[in-house]
Amino acid sequence: MNLLWLQSGGCGGCTMSLLCHEPGDVVGVLRDGDLELLWHPALSEATGSEAVDILRACIERRTPLDVLCVEGALLRGPGGSGRFHMLAGTGRPMIDWVVELAAVARYVVAVGSCAAFGGVCGAGPNPTEACGLQFEDEHPGGLLGPQFRATSGMQVINVAGCPTHPGWVVETLLALAMGEFGPDDLDAFGRPRFYAEQLVHHGCNRNEYYEFKAAARHISELGCLMENLGCKGTQAHADCNVRPWNGTGSCTTGGYSCIGCTEPGFEEPGHPFAQTPKVAGIPIGLPSDMPKAWFVALAALSKSATPQRVRANATSDHALVPPAIRQTRFKGSR
Amino acid sequence: MSDARRILVGPFNRVEGDLEVDLDVVAGRVEAARVSSPLYRGFEQIMEGKHPHDAMVLVPRICGICSVSQSAAVAAALRDATGLIAPPNGERVANLVLAAENLADHLTHFYLFFMPDFARDAYRRRSWFDDARQRFKAVEGSAPAAVLPARAAFLHLTGMLSGKWPHTLALQPGGASRAVAANEKVRLLTLLRAFRSWLEQTLFGAPLEEISAIASSDALHAWAQQRAADASDFARFLAIARELGLQRLGRGSELYLAFGAYEIEGRHLFARGVRGVGEAGRAFDPAEITEDVSHAWLMDDEARHPLHGRTLPLLDKPDAYTWCKAPRLAGEVAECGALARQFVAGHPLIVDVVTRDGGSVFARVLARLLELALVVPAMERWVREIRPGEHFCVHGELPDEASGVGLVEAARGALGHWLVIRRGRVGSYQIVAPTTWNFSPRDRAGVPGALEQALVGAPVGDNETVPLAVQHIVRSFDPCMVCTVH
Repeated sequence: MNLLWLQSGGCGGCTMSLLCHEPGDVVGVLRDGDLELLWHPALSEATGSEAVDILRACIERRTPLDVLCVEGALLRGPGGSGRFHMLAGTGRPMIDWVVELAAVARYVVAVGSCAAFGGVCGAGPNPTEACGLQFEDEHPGGLLGPQFRATSGMQVINVAGCPTHPGWVVETLLALAMGEFGPDDLDAFGRPRFYAEQLVHHGCNRNEYYEFKAAARHISELGCLMENLGCKGTQAHADCNVRPWNGTGSCTTGGYSCIGCTEPGFEEPGHPFAQTPKVAGIPIGLPSDMPKAWFVALAALSKSATPQRVRANATSDHALVPPAIRQTRFKGSR
Repeated sequence: MSDARRILVGPFNRVEGDLEVDLDVVAGRVEAARVSSPLYRGFEQIMEGKHPHDAMVLVPRICGICSVSQSAAVAAALRDATGLIAPPNGERVANLVLAAENLADHLTHFYLFFMPDFARDAYRRRSWFDDARQRFKAVEGSAPAAVLPARAAFLHLTGMLSGKWPHTLALQPGGASRAVAANEKVRLLTLLRAFRSWLEQTLFGAPLEEISAIASSDALHAWAQQRAADASDFARFLAIARELGLQRLGRGSELYLAFGAYEIEGRHLFARGVRGVGEAGRAFDPAEITEDVSHAWLMDDEARHPLHGRTLPLLDKPDAYTWCKAPRLAGEVAECGALARQFVAGHPLIVDVVTRDGGSVFARVLARLLELALVVPAMERWVREIRPGEHFCVHGELPDEASGVGLVEAARGALGHWLVIRRGRVGSYQIVAPTTWNFSPRDRAGVPGALEQALVGAPVGDNETVPLAVQHIVRSFDPCMVCTVH
């Protein structure tokens, strides 16, 4: 399958993240997965007019375009003109190129939350009229409109994340190449379900602190980041603590809060990122699927049962009290 | 004149972001160049009115390749505004993460962005072509397949210390968010040893200390003469560069600026300063920086210091051809990057190379590779100096009225953030990125920016539509276009 990759109103970080794919080298992994790079802005030899020729050949259907990957938001401004990003060397707005290429692509993949929903460029006053390919924040629409379907009949596949995990991108692309990825594999925001139907909370290294509501007061402390520090891990859809980043990492293992970067509109949480909004001392953003009354009751109960070890370690950047050593073998077994 | 023509090169790829270069060619040479950054996202507008700490999340997302550098500058600006002093452990962890990004960028630049141009068919008659093609061909060469896993394994350092790369919140105003335990020091050293070994075997074909001890052009030539041209990728580069005369290509403005790299306990590993060719160098005064918008699609105004800077888009403006502002140092064009950093720091090899032939395509790439040899040993030292159990981060209340400046060295050079806090919110946030300096447009006096000057005189073949010499010069700066205009 032929793969064409374009970048617009983003930072290039999803490509940089993709290059961290392991095991192997990602270029070889894609090639072995039957994905041929027609052009990628960071990787390909072709530049200038050579690259423009490749885009034209796709639009004129001289080269079949199987997968169009778009990284970065689509900038419609100012005033709908698209002039905040004119594709270099062409004198044409990037949004026009994307509309034309999407029309001939079998699959269209939004790589990252910018291309999916608008992302960080849409924060504040959204000065560039940024949007995603088929969403603007959580609202269907975006550049291509809610009715858009690629020639395969599929809507835009939103591999959301800021950045995306290399595994999310590679597994989506390779599953497409295998013919084993269809509309049923997407959630309500068009995200691949294999990673979006999990929560960052799953496998969080701070779970014991969460269980006992032992909260960190400051970034760098070991305790749960939900009560004070704005952590969205119990609501954010992603497998970040099951599928490690860069070997062993995740935001919560790195010492700071999840900001929910796979969610539409994450860039405008309505509160400072590192502060949990509360009403009467109770965080507003409760864990997904958890009734509020139960959460309040369980939190009160678990706080009263917090072991001294967990309480002490929660507000330190390294463990002060080790777990007690217990005989784990059942006494009657010998 | 019949042999005068105009060439528009874009999308100029294997740089970070989108780039257009407009060339006037006369008699087979570039007579004038205009460099355009065609993408505007409005980060400085987005930041106004935000909670100052939100800059930690939003501003690094300007750039996915220099994300940690942006984090370091945000943290430094907030630290300055708050009056915090990061503990020694925190400084070391933050510098380890920053160094990992910077070195990974140097590696990415050499293998994925710069060297593939020597595998182009235009060089097929060169004696080294078959080897270069097999090794460096974009997408297909053996080098991309070798460097990507080595780079990914090296960036495990960021997985450990900053959660992930790019886009981390680990670099905090008061230090670093992630404490390191004694056993983790061992893991970090093991990881660094593996990276050192890859560099020594594959990139250099020699110990790092042997490379960083090379003190002159003659010594470098002698070093290269002692081994086969395909003994290592560094040897390949030296042989190609010598034959093509890359030391005579792409001389820039040759005033070099460095903000000082890897500060620990008040001292930089690579010094802060300003230095011209044939000069001893002088102190850098941040008050000398101005940004001019006369040729940018921005509301025209006097040249302003970034603390008083404005960013207001204005598209229909006769003399404008880019979104990039024109930074000047005491009114002068300056170049930044690894070459500037090592020239200002006074590394003898770089001083000799620049003094002989000026700052060229060759010198810029050489300085980056030299930094790989210089910084890995420093990283090993920082890991050893971490004291588990002591603090990594301190905390303090942000004042409601304050200003702060964050000056750091990204892989690509001098990065500055200027933050003004009013009534507890961001009143103004201005960023001057390394490629803003290097890919600056003309200023109101009509003086072209560093790359625009470096391109003048570049040879252009009669049939060339994307001139190779121009590609070498542009890519030798390792531009980051998404940082340039934010």
